[in-house]
Amino acid sequence: MITFPILSLMTFLPLLGALLIMTVRGDEESVAANARSVALVTSLLTFAVSVYMYMGFDQSSADFQMVEKYDWLPGFNIAYKMGVDGISVFFILLSTLLTPICILASWESIQKRIREYMIAFLLLETMMLGMFAALDLVLFYVFFEGVLLPMFVIIGVWGGQRRVYAAFKFFLYTLLGSVLMLIAILALYHQFGTTDIPSLMQMDVPQALQRWVFLAFLASFAVKVPMWPVHTWLPDAHVEAPTAGSVILAGVLLKMGGYGFLRLSLPILPQASEYFIPLIFSLSVIAVIYTSLVALAQEDMKKLIAYSSVAHMGFVTLGIFTLTTQGLQGAMFQMLSHGVVAAALFLCVGVVYDRLHTREIRRYGGLVKNMPRYATVFMIFMLASVGLPGTSGFVGEFLVLLGAYQVHTLATFLAATGVVLGAAYMLYLYKRVVFGELIKADVKAMPDINLREMAIFAPLLALVFWMGIYPSSFLNPMAPALEKVIARYNDANGINPQGEMQP
Amino acid sequence: METIAVLSPLLGGLIAGLFGRLIGDKAANMVTCLLMVVATACSVILFKNVALEKAPHIVELFTWIASGKLNVPWALRFDQLAVVMVVMVNLVSCAVHIYSVGYMSHDDARARFMSYLSLFTFAMLMLVTADNFAQLFFGWEGVGLMSYLLIGFWNKKDSANNAAIKAFVMNRIGDFGLALGIMAVFFLFGTLNYDAVFADVVNKQDVAMIFLGHEFNAINLICALLFVGAMGKSAQLGLHTWLPDAMEGPTPVSALIHAATMVTAGVFMVVRMSPLYEFAAPVREFITVLGALTAFVAATIALTQFDIKRVIAYSTMSQLGYMFFALGVSAYGAAMFHLFTHAFFKALLFLGAGSVIHAMSGEQDMRRMGGLYKLIPTTYTLMWIGNLALAGIPFFAGYYSKDMILEAAFASGDKIGHFAYWMGIAAALMTAFYSWRLLFLTFHGKPRADKHTMEHVHESPLVMMAPLYVLAAGALGAGWWGYELFVGESRIAFWGASIFINAGQDSIMEAHHVAKWVKLLPTLVGAAGILLAYILYMQATNLPGKIVQAFKVVHSFLYHKWYFDELYHIIGVVPAFFIGDKLWKIGDGKIIDGMGPDAIAAGIASSSRGTGKIQTGYVFHYAFAMLIGVVCFITAYLFIAYR
Repeated sequence: MITFPILSLMTFLPLLGALLIMTVRGDEESVAANARSVALVTSLLTFAVSVYMYMGFDQSSADFQMVEKYDWLPGFNIAYKMGVDGISVFFILLSTLLTPICILASWESIQKRIREYMIAFLLLETMMLGMFAALDLVLFYVFFEGVLLPMFVIIGVWGGQRRVYAAFKFFLYTLLGSVLMLIAILALYHQFGTTDIPSLMQMDVPQALQRWVFLAFLASFAVKVPMWPVHTWLPDAHVEAPTAGSVILAGVLLKMGGYGFLRLSLPILPQASEYFIPLIFSLSVIAVIYTSLVALAQEDMKKLIAYSSVAHMGFVTLGIFTLTTQGLQGAMFQMLSHGVVAAALFLCVGVVYDRLHTREIRRYGGLVKNMPRYATVFMIFMLASVGLPGTSGFVGEFLVLLGAYQVHTLATFLAATGVVLGAAYMLYLYKRVVFGELIKADVKAMPDINLREMAIFAPLLALVFWMGIYPSSFLNPMAPALEKVIARYNDANGINPQGEMQP
Repeated sequence: METIAVLSPLLGGLIAGLFGRLIGDKAANMVTCLLMVVATACSVILFKNVALEKAPHIVELFTWIASGKLNVPWALRFDQLAVVMVVMVNLVSCAVHIYSVGYMSHDDARARFMSYLSLFTFAMLMLVTADNFAQLFFGWEGVGLMSYLLIGFWNKKDSANNAAIKAFVMNRIGDFGLALGIMAVFFLFGTLNYDAVFADVVNKQDVAMIFLGHEFNAINLICALLFVGAMGKSAQLGLHTWLPDAMEGPTPVSALIHAATMVTAGVFMVVRMSPLYEFAAPVREFITVLGALTAFVAATIALTQFDIKRVIAYSTMSQLGYMFFALGVSAYGAAMFHLFTHAFFKALLFLGAGSVIHAMSGEQDMRRMGGLYKLIPTTYTLMWIGNLALAGIPFFAGYYSKDMILEAAFASGDKIGHFAYWMGIAAALMTAFYSWRLLFLTFHGKPRADKHTMEHVHESPLVMMAPLYVLAAGALGAGWWGYELFVGESRIAFWGASIFINAGQDSIMEAHHVAKWVKLLPTLVGAAGILLAYILYMQATNLPGKIVQAFKVVHSFLYHKWYFDELYHIIGVVPAFFIGDKLWKIGDGKIIDGMGPDAIAAGIASSSRGTGKIQTGYVFHYAFAMLIGVVCFITAYLFIAYR
């Protein structure tokens, strides 16, 4: 049993590292070197703390654990409250795993304002962890918005040529959602006089209010997921962001939407969730097919993977709103898998971008000849993205479809076409980049991945297979918390869970 | 024992794949071949234990996916059906492994090749020993992946890469159906475990299920969806166009994957699901018709092709058609029998063709061959054996299995069975014809290759020939050896519980009692086909050209493979890219961005320019604005206070 406030320690450790980096003085060279190492050590330490936290986590419980509560605005009944359950704990681990990987990935590719860059990343980590651990709506909101700022800066300062356009687009989209979410939080507070998430989960929110609050939350979460049609910021943001920015964006930030649905929308607004299922299903299915077709036509590697992310997240939203055990677990699993796989794919793009400084697919070709190790690594992640059994990608997709079939066969049928299209665009991408004749002189000169890059990929490779071959180590701990969400939903809507399996 | 039989190819594949560069090609060859031999030995012992001594069992390894009431373990199911497949897969794979050591000796990625072969074998073994639908799907997609990698093995060639993608995507379309079928199984039965599902079929046979807004009989629906998967993997008409293109891969791959093992997965799957299919009569009728059509159409295409491997590829597709219409008439044993014998003689034919190609320095076009029989007599003899088995000439392997299928189809009695029988007879005639056309064009007549190539023609080394002898022995003996067990009197005892047939549906039993002419006709048309080929390609050699001239339209229709590829290109590939492009540039670019963020951004910019203009700097402007504000406030106050 862990008795000290480990969640707060974990959350603010990166912030401490950021403060430490700020105090670094000296000539430019040594500042950069120190900033890098401090950031790496801090993020690794945070990862270690999070693993320690997970070891103390009771996997059989559906309740919030390691709860910390301090008065924050006592006059308003708003508290600083943290805690984790089987849903949030995995997102925390994902965030703490990806951050050191991002810092390693930026080791050589970031050459200007290194100190500020590292500070931004550590700040981002604090915000992400706080967001996943927060158990008070206001605290959640603060962190939820806090994530935006460092990301905005990372894209806007260290991004590509059209970085300012991309950053503003990103900001504009997310801001719109945020404002509405704030209003929704105020409305809930006005009604119940509390912003404590666990207490709100017990409340009976009036029907009409539920629908408005749901829509307001949806506006915010849909942008983050992103759901069609509010997805157009993502390709631009990914294309302009530096590699590590894309990794965090795809790996963690896209999960904020899905997490929001699981944490807030379903338990607090069960009736409205049921009411809007057709809407969510339609948007999810459109997302899967629409963006898969768009991905087929892309000529820019990052854009292609960005669009594929939208399609994969379409499976997530579909799975969440099936409200079946398999659907929810599949959606959770798909988010984790996508966090690993999409992150790795962006790192793969980063590897060749660092060498040739272009993302244009047709500039490459024949890499298998001079970069065989890279070809293998890229192949494995490509297959995981395609959802091949034995890799992490399969389990999530399969469970989501299994859940969806019990609820709506047409949606399942349409979403499953995404599996075919997914194979088409990924294989087509791989063929153009890695296979073929090695003719171009500058491509010929590209060296294979080095030890640092291998160290970045190794943990992700291991995870892809671990999650694919023995997914129980992830599915079992998340099951109780997700069952609780389903039970709450069924209770509120008067659904008899025994009835749902009768065909 | 069971785990060794299944997992040693995995081990070999991983060693050769990961450490191939470290340990060198020779060691990689050694390791993979040795482990394959071990696996084969184990599987032979298992065959004896399970099939001959009737001790089917299941080895459970560990949990794979557990979610709610879904509980899917990794398990190895060794019953009679599985063990027949395991023995066949391991034997052929072992032969192909050893053959490849010689065939690929000039390639600079030998270790990678051997690794892929072993991994493929592993995936195939996982498929056939699966104890639940999810593991079946694992093996199913696994073999698809390895097939993709092996077709595209020479990844410098654009045509190989395209063929590989085509194979994978086509198979994915089939897998899409299979996956939906699996979802439906889980929905109906609440489990994916074979035994649990099969035991429950009787209770669920009248249940209706809504699918895409229509109501279907649940078992029919499931069987139809699962069959879409079989169509993709086994190249049945409609989802077949990838198979001929798959010949872009090295020849040993064609022998192992695209003739002997992977393409039979669909047949195996339907046999495995016989407890389901027995309750889905309409689906079985569809399978019968489609199988018969596939057998016929593929044979017509094979008549006109010139690429030696493509002829054999279409012949494979045609033979798969036979197996499927056997399934359709509930002759599961006959289908498995043909699958088993076909594996030997088709692998023999492919590897023999590989030996020819090897001798001809890579030439595959039969128009540039000819006159080889004196130069490579052993290969020539082996090809004869393979072709005799394929054409169903008495006492060779194909004679027993193919005739049994045709008789069973006829014996099933109804119109559909008869249709299949006559399509099968027509295909048998063409099979014999194109097989001997291949033999005569390749080995007889004047040499049409250039002098340089002809000087290099040589018999292949022993490492390549030895596997051929083993397979030839199979092509000679598998028929009479297996007849009694697979389709003879002891078939029910042999298959045990692994094949289920409804009472009164046993068409194999009926097949033993059909009229004499039904039994004789296949052999007669086989002989006629050989004779016809002899006349056209040995005696009146100018006749084929004239026939082509006379039936130009028909010939070009067949030569272009009934235009399936062109059709799919126009209705599938082109629109997908076109729509994708338009959705991107117009949907995302013009509509969503144009009316969303870009419009807002433009709006903000112009309105801020507007507000900027108001700030003129003249005091009287500001004073005037203040005055208006005060008036507005007072008006509002008056309104609210005195309402």
